[in-house]
Amino acid sequence: MGKVIVVTSGKGGVGKTTSSAALGAALAQSGDKVVVVDFDVGLRNLDLIMGAERRVVYDLVNVIQGEAKLTQALIRDKRVETLYLLPASQTRDKDNLTSEGVEKVIGALKSHFDWVICDSPAGIERGATLAMRHADIAIVVTNPEVSSVRDSDRIIGLLDSKTLKAENGERMEKHLLLTRYDPARAERGDMLKVDDVLEILSIPLLGIIPESMDVLRASNIGSPVTLADERSAPALAYFDAVRRLKGENLPMTIPGEKRGFFGKIFGRKAA
Amino acid sequence: MTAVLTQPRPIRLKGRSYLALTLTPELPFEDWLVRLDDLAGRSAGFFLRRPVVLDVEGLEIDRAQLRDLVGKLGARNVRIMGIEGARPSMLGNDLPPAMSGGKTTGDIEEPTAEPAKEAPVAESVAVTPAAPLPAKAVASIIVTQPVRSGQSIFAEGDVTIVGSVASGAEVIAGGSIHIYGTLRGRAMAGTLGNAEARIFCRKLEAELVGIDGYYKTAEDLEPSLRGKPVQFWLEGETFTGGSLA
Repeated sequence: MGKVIVVTSGKGGVGKTTSSAALGAALAQSGDKVVVVDFDVGLRNLDLIMGAERRVVYDLVNVIQGEAKLTQALIRDKRVETLYLLPASQTRDKDNLTSEGVEKVIGALKSHFDWVICDSPAGIERGATLAMRHADIAIVVTNPEVSSVRDSDRIIGLLDSKTLKAENGERMEKHLLLTRYDPARAERGDMLKVDDVLEILSIPLLGIIPESMDVLRASNIGSPVTLADERSAPALAYFDAVRRLKGENLPMTIPGEKRGFFGKIFGRKAA
Repeated sequence: MTAVLTQPRPIRLKGRSYLALTLTPELPFEDWLVRLDDLAGRSAGFFLRRPVVLDVEGLEIDRAQLRDLVGKLGARNVRIMGIEGARPSMLGNDLPPAMSGGKTTGDIEEPTAEPAKEAPVAESVAVTPAAPLPAKAVASIIVTQPVRSGQSIFAEGDVTIVGSVASGAEVIAGGSIHIYGTLRGRAMAGTLGNAEARIFCRKLEAELVGIDGYYKTAEDLEPSLRGKPVQFWLEGETFTGGSLA
């Protein structure tokens, strides 16, 4: 049985879709069978980020309403064999998602894939609550600024009360993914620092993704950042996050802490 | 015609006690409403969707004034569910119903058996006047997880929180509130009329703190207490805060 991950945040525009695609691709690159499910019915974007927008025929709503089979709706990635996408519908709205329908689809996906990644829409309404409902693991995407942190806090509260796991009295495994982090601006006080965010949210940190032009470039060419440029800073951060997700114990590096050439030399000498 | 009982099942009526905020208006109402607006303005949504009881005990007002006040509160989105301390003649069908005894109540009054005469009192030991029965243990709770934004914790007794209270969360207790973390949201202690209740927190960043109806919002709090371990208590009618460190 595969594991179901929900990528959620509450606030919009913090990087849920980018992170879903990057984490999904990174997991698939390590050989696991992965499906990324877009729950943002009506405002789908995951197909664009994954470069599959012209290959969408059937979608999640079609499957839920019995108009298509699951295998017809799944789109296989052209670059990584084990990566699949289940797109959302652009023309319908979220009311077309039913609790029973979602449960059936997730159940079927779980038996075929190692990882089912649900890309949640923003907000705390139907789409978001259904996306998190059947999850085993939650990845809470947060930017280092106060509104994003408060919304994430609200979402964590919902993860602990409105999900199937919570209702069965179990504890949902939750991880924090801090995205768009700029150490220089955090140091100047324009952004919250990592410790501040962790203190407020008090859930374990999965990774810190640096603010980078590489992310924007990757989404514009329709490629998850971990596929577009495997050596870029955000890609490396996502690869590390995936290794932690699989249980490895890696030291947390704050991107951008790399010193310049002279800094390195002096750093070594001092050590 | 005789009404025939066709429904053998009776309608179930149950008594239940709820926690409601009590507003005690003061004359002149105009001034009091200004102060209310001030509180509501600093703490947006404080009265929204909460059951509120109006306590007019001891106020010399007539029916028109009362109706006017209820109307003005309604215009401020304060919905009055009942009126306490008003003469029955003042309340018509167009006003919220009368409430009485807005005190903490148990579900059902336990029939207290007449203290049976201690049969043969051995020797002449003076029977000490029956010590006042220990107050019925009220439900206190311990929360071992952080209180997240949007959550609301309520207990009739004390509330102990091992963790932080997030901005946008609230903790309401009949007794005292102990927070072993940062208080960023709202904390209201002694809400069932306990002026002895206190609020303790390890780090103060609160939006609002209140004890037994006396409040302070973030702006009213002494800046020197911010970020410190702090306790709040009532000294008579003065809301007081002091550093714990």
